[in-house]
Amino acid sequence: MKERSGYFRRKQFSRLMLVLCGIATAFVILVLILILGYTLVNGISYLSLDFITQPSKPVGEVGGGMRDDIYGTFILVGLASLIALPVGMMTGIFLAEFAGPKAASAIRFAADILAGVPSIIVGVFAYAILVRPMHTYSALSAGVALAIIMIPVVARTAEESLRLVPNSQREAALALGISRWRITLGVIVPGAVTGIVTGIMLAVARIAGETAPLIFTALGSAFGVQGLTQPIGALPLQIYRYALSPYKDWQQQAWAAAFLLVILVLGINVVVRLVSSRRKK
Amino acid sequence: MPRESYHRNLRELQDEVLVLGSMIEKALERSMQALKERDLNLARLVLDEDKTVNKKRFEIEEKALDIISCQAPMASDLRILLAILFIVQDLERMGDHAAGNAKIVIMIGNEPPLKPLIDLPRMNDKVIDMLHRSLNAFIIHDAEAARKIVPEDDEIDQLYDQVFRELLTFMMEDPRTITRATRLMWVGHNLERTGDRVTNICERVVFMVTGKMEELNVSTY
Amino acid sequence: MINSILGQNVSVGASDGVSSGRNRPDKCKLTVEELDAWYGSKQVIQKVSMGIGAQHITALIGPSGCGKSTFIRCLNRMHEVSEGGRVTGRVFMDGYDIYAQQVDPVAVRRRIGMVFQKASVFPTMSIFGNVASGISLTRFWSRHRDLRDVVERSLKKAALWDEVKDKLDQPGASLSGGQQQRLCIARAIAIEPEVILMDEPCSALDPISTLRIEELMLELKKDYTVVIVTHNMQQAARVSDWTGFMLLGQLVEYATTKEVFTVPKDKRTEDYITGRFG
Repeated sequence: MKERSGYFRRKQFSRLMLVLCGIATAFVILVLILILGYTLVNGISYLSLDFITQPSKPVGEVGGGMRDDIYGTFILVGLASLIALPVGMMTGIFLAEFAGPKAASAIRFAADILAGVPSIIVGVFAYAILVRPMHTYSALSAGVALAIIMIPVVARTAEESLRLVPNSQREAALALGISRWRITLGVIVPGAVTGIVTGIMLAVARIAGETAPLIFTALGSAFGVQGLTQPIGALPLQIYRYALSPYKDWQQQAWAAAFLLVILVLGINVVVRLVSSRRKK
Repeated sequence: MPRESYHRNLRELQDEVLVLGSMIEKALERSMQALKERDLNLARLVLDEDKTVNKKRFEIEEKALDIISCQAPMASDLRILLAILFIVQDLERMGDHAAGNAKIVIMIGNEPPLKPLIDLPRMNDKVIDMLHRSLNAFIIHDAEAARKIVPEDDEIDQLYDQVFRELLTFMMEDPRTITRATRLMWVGHNLERTGDRVTNICERVVFMVTGKMEELNVSTY
Repeated sequence: MINSILGQNVSVGASDGVSSGRNRPDKCKLTVEELDAWYGSKQVIQKVSMGIGAQHITALIGPSGCGKSTFIRCLNRMHEVSEGGRVTGRVFMDGYDIYAQQVDPVAVRRRIGMVFQKASVFPTMSIFGNVASGISLTRFWSRHRDLRDVVERSLKKAALWDEVKDKLDQPGASLSGGQQQRLCIARAIAIEPEVILMDEPCSALDPISTLRIEELMLELKKDYTVVIVTHNMQQAARVSDWTGFMLLGQLVEYATTKEVFTVPKDKRTEDYITGRFG
């Protein structure tokens, strides 16, 4: 009799935990839906093809779009990735495959600290090393700032993913008389590709929304994209500007831009996942 | 120790071989006694017992087969099992010879004896002694002792030769003794074959201990 | 083996097949001289010397921890790749010491291949890609046509061709355990080594797959020299020509398989083989 009640109690407890987990999951999904919903509802009046294809209009004039800022975001993300992906990947590969234990822990430590530096400080740093000497705000300096934020994320997730590849594969490849670097590139990295891609996605999603560093480096531009060594606008920057402005028109545009930004990040995630799952087949 | 029960079974099986050996020794003793005393009942007892001997032999073979198929014996264990299989075969044959002698006793029945039996009992005793010592060598795994037994077979062959010639003389002098003499010759033949079987057993003991297969019975006869 | 014992003609004088008194095969592909190996400061192989017969299957048996896996890794210079691995001594192949100063370990591993206990198929590659990987990842560029010939040949030699010839593009990991191990063997053969080392190749497999791979070993020995480490004594008895028994890093006994399993000379070998160890 005692056993039966013990079983019953265990079952109840297990059900309770299941319910709690369900609630937590629902909460997470709910937050995402709320963000999307809230930004959509508030910015819906401004969401249109025009918004994406029109440059911004001066104060007072109704209408206009965020075309240049959207371009700007893509350019900056692209630039940052161009710098951060090779550097981050190679660091990750070095940490996972080639570094001795002492060097590895030192590098890891450095990467973790870099990852913890507030993004505004990174912006200030980029200002000091690029904006001042160049005497101009520029897309380049913004790209570098964003890259500095990206690198530790890419490096650490790349390293973790590479480590997940079982050692038996390295051994088997060694036993075939393949040289170390070809083993890494031909066997280990492909085996870790989903994890690495996830890491890159995380990094890109992070920097797509970074605003603080852009304040010191990109500045924002009312004249559209003018070149890499010129100031450039970006969505988060514009959202910041417009949201804090006293103009209702601009505030609504900020909502619409926010919605767009969320969709953008979501879109990146979805596309990359689709591509990597097709690769697996 | 791992495989304790397997090794215990193996030791017990070797003991079983000794049991079979002692059954053979008894059969040989009894058949000779029956011949000397014309004891037909004793002879019939020997014939009955032969069935038990055969049964025992198959029991041992089955157990050995069991161990071979289930335990995958190696090295010395494998040699012991093979030796057991060959030895019980020889022992069973020896039992047949003893039973054969018992049959002859029954066939002789109440016929008057040709002569007092001296050599045949001596052969019998020698064979029993050699068998006993060879089984001893088997159980203590002593190859040297086994080797030493083999030449003694010559004695048995000599005795047989003597018996043969003596009986031949009888038959040549008086044809009415032919039946009786032939029967006695057959007893002698059985005992001589039994002696050869003992040397086979000794060869198997040597193989069991050293792993070498040697023909030891290089008879000088 | 039992057949040969029972069927052997008994002739005058001892049969000489059982205890021949040789301590290595007549023609040795690999000759090991005074090999020592360490993990850090712990010595795990002690002064082992032996000759591995050409086109023989040589088996190494012994209890766990006796050093047989470490030893086999010393034969293709894999031990030094492990954490703290160190080797002294010499291993000669066709007269050249593979541990000599100027010798490139990578080159050694192309001539002495290895198959591991756990079939480590490359999951990102197809069956074709796996078999070809030894070549495609070492050459700068390789023609698909050439690779195709090599892949077909290797899969045939590994007795796997018929089962996979229609699905060469499927991922390597889609095969069963026994097939994956044969795939690894095909992969090792594809680079055309002279020696194939196998570290407990059948431990993770079911009995039927095990027997198939044993059959395969007997085929392979026609073209290659095979060394296997196994904790399964019956397997060693079934397939190998020479067997070495190792204990605590030492080579206790090394003789023809028939000798080791019928008349072992060392009591420790006898005790291990009959299970009196303990």
